[in-house]
Amino acid sequence: MSFLTILFATLFYFATAVILIGVGFKIWQYATTPAPLKIPTMPAPITRSGVVVRMAEEVVLFKSLFKGNKWTWIFGWMFHFALLLVTLRHLRYFQEPVWWWVNVIQPFGMYAGYAMVIGLLGLLARRIFVARVKYISAPSDYLMLVLILAIGITGLAMKFISHTDIVAVKEFMLGLMYLDIQPMPTDVLFIAHLSLVILLMLVFPFSKLLHAPGVFFSPTRNQVDNSREKRHVADWALKFDETRKS
Amino acid sequence: MADFEIPELKDYVEVPLPQIGVMESEGPFIAKPDHQEALGFPGELVDDWENVAVNKLGDLANRYRGLRVFLDSCVKCGACTDKCHYYLGTTDAKNMPVARQDLLRSVYRYYHTPAGKVLSKLGMEKLIGARKLTEDVINEWYNYFHQCSQCRRCSVFCPYGIDTAEISMAAREVLDQIGVGQKYCNEIIGKVYKIGNNLGLPEPALADTLEGLEEEIEEDIGVAVKLPLNKKGADILLVTPSADFFAEPHVDGLIGYAKVFHQAGLNWTLSSHASEAGNFGMFIGSYENMQRVTMRIREAALELGVKRIVFGECGHAWRVAYSFLNTLAGPFDFLDPNYPVPQHILEVTHDLIQRGKLNIDASENDHMTLTFHDSCNVARATRMGPKPGGQMTIPREVIKAVCNNFYDMPQGTIGEATYCCGGGGGLLTDDLMEIRVKGAMPRMQALKTVVEENGVTHMAAICAICKSQFSKVIPYYGFTMDQIISVHQLVGDALVFEPDETEKSEESETSED
Repeated sequence: MSFLTILFATLFYFATAVILIGVGFKIWQYATTPAPLKIPTMPAPITRSGVVVRMAEEVVLFKSLFKGNKWTWIFGWMFHFALLLVTLRHLRYFQEPVWWWVNVIQPFGMYAGYAMVIGLLGLLARRIFVARVKYISAPSDYLMLVLILAIGITGLAMKFISHTDIVAVKEFMLGLMYLDIQPMPTDVLFIAHLSLVILLMLVFPFSKLLHAPGVFFSPTRNQVDNSREKRHVADWALKFDETRKS
Repeated sequence: MADFEIPELKDYVEVPLPQIGVMESEGPFIAKPDHQEALGFPGELVDDWENVAVNKLGDLANRYRGLRVFLDSCVKCGACTDKCHYYLGTTDAKNMPVARQDLLRSVYRYYHTPAGKVLSKLGMEKLIGARKLTEDVINEWYNYFHQCSQCRRCSVFCPYGIDTAEISMAAREVLDQIGVGQKYCNEIIGKVYKIGNNLGLPEPALADTLEGLEEEIEEDIGVAVKLPLNKKGADILLVTPSADFFAEPHVDGLIGYAKVFHQAGLNWTLSSHASEAGNFGMFIGSYENMQRVTMRIREAALELGVKRIVFGECGHAWRVAYSFLNTLAGPFDFLDPNYPVPQHILEVTHDLIQRGKLNIDASENDHMTLTFHDSCNVARATRMGPKPGGQMTIPREVIKAVCNNFYDMPQGTIGEATYCCGGGGGLLTDDLMEIRVKGAMPRMQALKTVVEENGVTHMAAICAICKSQFSKVIPYYGFTMDQIISVHQLVGDALVFEPDETEKSEESETSED
C-alpha cells in the first residue's frame, strides 16, 4: 500500500470521526441546554405541527432570509440546494449497487455543480463589494467560501476538463466504506478535491457551519406560541419557584 | 435644538454606508453602588472582572439555549445589517445587528470555543474574529448594548432567528455582574422593590391622583366613572404602566380603560402593590430580578382575591406578561379559567365591541385622522386574541371601530416589520437623547409618508415607552407632541354615556360572564 493511500485513508477516517463526534456533541449540547423563557419571534404557530411547518419553510425555502435580502437569498438558496443535489449525487461513489433515485438525479447533479459555484461566487461578491457585509466579515468568512468554491471547482474540473479515472475513485471510496483499503488514485485534481473535503469536514464542528444543526434548535423559530395556556419552566429555574413567597 | 445632527427625513429610508465611531461614547450614566446592590449586583467594578465576566458569559450560554445557538450559528450573511433603526438613524457600523452581536460573540469565541482557545494560543484569533476581553471591550459593550432597544426586528429577517435582544440582555447581565450597571434601569427596578412602581409613586399619592382623575371625568362627561384602588373582591386586577397615572398622553388612555370598564359594568381595581406593569428586569437580562418584579402581580392578585388579570397599554410589559408571567409567577389556577391569564386591555375592549356591549359614536373622533404604531415588543414578542397576528389586527379593529379615519403606514414599517419608537429596552432616559432621536428616524419617516399622502393627523400607540419617547422626540422632526395618542383615549372619547344607561350597566354587573 502506498504512502498516499495510507495517508488519505487515515485522514478520511479521522475527519469522519471529527465531524460525527463534533457535530454530535453540539447537537447534544443544544438539545440539553434549556430555553428558560418563551421567545418565539411572533407571529408564531400555536401548535407543534405549526412549528414543523414554520421550520420546514425556514430550512427548505429560507423564508426569513427571503424577507431579509433577495440577493443573499438567491445566491444562498442556489448554493445550498445545489450542494444538496451534488452531495446526493456523490452517493453513487459510496455504494454498489447504486440506489435508483441516485441514478435519476445524476444529470441534475451535474448542473447543480455549476449552480453551486455561481451561488458561492455571488455570496463572495456580496462579501467583497457590499460595504455592510464587508464590515462584518472576518478572514474565516472569506476562507470558508473559498474552501467550498475550491471543492466545487476541482469537482467540476474532474468532470468537464480533465476526466479522472472514476472507476478507481469509486473503488477507493468503496474500500474505505468496507474497511478494505484500495489504492488511492493519483490524479492531482482528485487528491486536491478529497483534501479540501477532508478539511471542510474537520472545520465543520468548530465553525459557523454549526448553523446547520443550530437552526433546528433556535428558540425563536422552534417554540410554540402557547405561553398563556401552558406553563414553561426550565429545570434550573425551578429553584426560584421553591423560594417564592406565594 | 440639539448638539447633534438630526437625521433628515427623505421619501423613504435610505440604507447608509457603515461609518466608524459615529456613536462612540461612554454610554449612559452608570448605576451607583446602592442601585446595584438593591438588585443583588456588586456595587462597583469587581477586582477580577475579566474572570467574572468570562465565567458569567459561559454560565449564560449553558443556561440559555437561545444564546448558545445564536452565538454559534451566525454566518455573517448580512440580512440583518440594514434592519436596525439605530443603524439607519446613526450610520454607526456597530449598530448593525450582527456587528452588535459580534461585540459579544468575539469574546465568546475567544474563551468558549475550541477554535478560539487554540487560535488565541497561536496569536491567530483574528482569523475567526475572536478577541480578548479588555477594558476597552467592556466600555464598548456598555456603550453599544445600550444602543439596542431589544425590539427584535433583526430576528424577523435572520435565517436562524438570531435575536439581538437576547444578546443584549446577556451582555447587560454580564456587565451587571461585574458591577457596571446602567443607572436608569437599575434605579427604576430598585424603586419597584421599594415603592411598587417605576416612577416611585407611593400609595397615598396614587390614591390622590386617581381621585383627581375621577373628578376630571365626572366634570367632563357627567358620569361618576371610578378608578378603584386596592378594592378587595374586585373581579379584575388592572396592571398598567405607572406612566398611565399622570404622563401625557398616557393618562388619557387610563381614563379610556376606566370608561370601558364602567360602561361594560365590570368590577375592577388597581393595586398599589402592583402599580406597575413594566418590568425592567427583562431589559437587563436578569431572570432573578424579572421574577422578583413579576411576583408582585401574583401577590396582589391573591391578596385582592381577583378573578382576572388585565394589563394596560405597554409594549415590553405585555411581553413579560404574555410570554413570561406564567413561567415566572404561575400557575394562575386560582383565577377564573374562562379567561386567558393575563389579558390585554385591548382584548377586553375588542371582545366588548364584538359583542355590542359598548355604545360607540366614532364621529367623536372625526377631527382626527389616525395611523397606528405597532409597538415592537407587542408585534414581535406577544399575541392578542386566539389567532397568531391578533396583536396586529385587534388594535386596528378597535381603532377602526372608534375612528372613521384610519390609514396604515407603509408596509415594511408596520406589523412584524414595525420600527421601534427608538426609546425601548431601557433607553428612555435623557442621557441617551442622541440615540433616541436618531433611532426614531425610520418611524418618523413612515409617519411623514402618511401625513403627506393621507392627511394623517395623529399616531396612536399602545405602549408607555412609545408614548413618552414619541412625545419627546417627535418635535425634532417637525411634528408636535400632541400628535401622539393612546388607543384607549380614542376608545374613551368615542364612548357615549347616557345618565340612565349608566344606571343600567351598573345593575348588570356580571353581564359579561
